[in-house]
Amino acid sequence: MSLFKVNAKPSINAGRILPLLPFIICIVAYIITAQVRHDENPKDKLVPTSKQLIDGFRRSAFEEDRKGEYRLLVDTIASTKRFAIGVAFLFLGVIIGLNMGMLPYFDLVFYKFFLFFDKIPALAILPILFIVFGLGEVSKIALIVIGVMPTIVLDTYLRAKAVPREQITKALTLDASHLEVMYRIVLPKIFPKVLETIRLNFKAVILFLIAGESLAATAGLGYRIFVVRRYIAMDIIIPYVIWISFLAFLADLAVRIWIRKKYTWMDK
Amino acid sequence: MQNYIIRVEEAVQKYRDRDGQMRTVLNNINLRVRRGEFLTVVGPTGCGKSTLLRLILGSEVPFSGKVMVNDVEVKEPSRDRGIVFQKYSLYENRTVRENVMLGLELEQFTIFEPYFRPIKCRRKRKEFREKADIYLERVGLLRHADKHPHQLSGGMRQRAAIAQAMVMQPEVLLMDEPFGALDIGTREAMQVFVLEQWQKDHQTIIFVTHDLEEAIFIGSRIVVLSQYYSDDDGGSTTTHGSMIVKDVQVPWPLPRPTDVKHTKEFNELMMSIRREGLDPDYLQNIKDFDLSHEDAAWWNGGMGWAN
Ligand SMILES: Nc1ncnc2c1ncn2[C@@H]1O[C@H](COP(=O)(O)OP(=O)(O)OP(=O)(O)O)[C@@H](O)[C@H]1O
Ligand SMILES: [Mg+2]
Repeated sequence: MSLFKVNAKPSINAGRILPLLPFIICIVAYIITAQVRHDENPKDKLVPTSKQLIDGFRRSAFEEDRKGEYRLLVDTIASTKRFAIGVAFLFLGVIIGLNMGMLPYFDLVFYKFFLFFDKIPALAILPILFIVFGLGEVSKIALIVIGVMPTIVLDTYLRAKAVPREQITKALTLDASHLEVMYRIVLPKIFPKVLETIRLNFKAVILFLIAGESLAATAGLGYRIFVVRRYIAMDIIIPYVIWISFLAFLADLAVRIWIRKKYTWMDK
Repeated sequence: MQNYIIRVEEAVQKYRDRDGQMRTVLNNINLRVRRGEFLTVVGPTGCGKSTLLRLILGSEVPFSGKVMVNDVEVKEPSRDRGIVFQKYSLYENRTVRENVMLGLELEQFTIFEPYFRPIKCRRKRKEFREKADIYLERVGLLRHADKHPHQLSGGMRQRAAIAQAMVMQPEVLLMDEPFGALDIGTREAMQVFVLEQWQKDHQTIIFVTHDLEEAIFIGSRIVVLSQYYSDDDGGSTTTHGSMIVKDVQVPWPLPRPTDVKHTKEFNELMMSIRREGLDPDYLQNIKDFDLSHEDAAWWNGGMGWAN
């Protein structure tokens, strides 16, 4: 039995089937639970049957609501926009981190500050953001940026610092200016790692996105979940949760494939 | 024209060790190097060979004394002094050819130029590519030009690093144990290769190694750096810092056949260096150093160092 062997070599078929196993178990367990509860009480709202879920998803996705909009589409667009703007700001964090890591004076001025900044729980200052920036888009983006950017800054900082001194000296002997050392030597070298960190922080971005939307918005995936909660509309909430996770998974996958294709030299 | 391209004058280097004490690593180094010289530096491990190289390179400045290149005091690394390290000379995110072209691009393009003047830059890049390929051909890597460094063997990587430095045709080429990680066969081939390159370009080379045979075989002049000596101030070998304890001309003209390694004189030179420089129990007095090279500074008793 090689189940508990560290050098086990699963067959190709096992490689295809086993990853699906937990998904199948969860789905089957859910279906059984729903069935049992509905047998007891046909009006059960907490665990809708798969038929109800599909129906809920269909209504959100393919039927116009009272305003004549396709809700899922509108919500997805609104949330994706915020997500994209938030992530774009993270690249600003990369530039800040790079400068801190490479320029000793920037290091002195900003490092301690960002260490502290990083410890501020962004959710705790959400009320402040709403008061200062109002209930519009700015405060939601600001929440994402304040919540996630320090991590990106510090990660980039450490990666820039870890570049072997020799490579920087070497670049200077090849007539690089100090600006070129930063942006043509160090940045391209650490960039895939930085992308990797940004990818791993998608989850945090989405977390802050939904937190922001749940409190003040007129559209958005997080907003919708919190609105329909009032009616205990599990048949909407669950498809939305799965949809959000699926989109996040796709975004993550896209970056992962991008890194693997584009940066073949990484980790070698 | 100035005879000496490099002049190190009374250079002292100290570092702060872990308990905050200043520790002298280099003690009063005087060194003058002529244009076109192939200088090798040997010495026991930790004696400060790399430190001396870093001073000439300009990646650090001496505690006292000064380092002049072309009569200008060295403050930071610059394009007239190329370097080949034992590792980390190549950029792993660039192919071999891109690594060799890098210096040419950095020298001729400003940082945003490729975005503003793409046509001019593309034309220039073609030139760089041709030039890079000439050097890749020389080091026998043209076939591997499109590979990334991680796809090369250690010897190939060092050859690429040498091409990367040489394509810039720096006035001075500094090498810090460039073949330290290579096996004997590759190492000997590389020695011959570097000598050939030196004959073609005749730049000044300073070559640091801890392999005595290599140092004698490859250099026109050999300098031994060591902390194993005695002075009249009563410093101990662990605190007084390294000095140049031997500075001699290597008697065979370059290029020399590999056979010289088996001659009696070669072995005698090797033994004398081993004794005077590498033997912790043989403490030569500062007055007795063999500084017979014509450019060596010599100890003038109470008057200090003289040239
Ligand atoms: N930046 C530094 N800070 C503190 N100590 C240093 C520093 N650089 C070098 N040293 C010390 O200076 C001494 C000489 O170091 P160096 O690297 O120049 O020796 P080396 O002759 O090149 O040795 P090796 O043959 O092992 O390469 C060593 O004892 C080292 O610990
Ligand atoms: Mg060294």
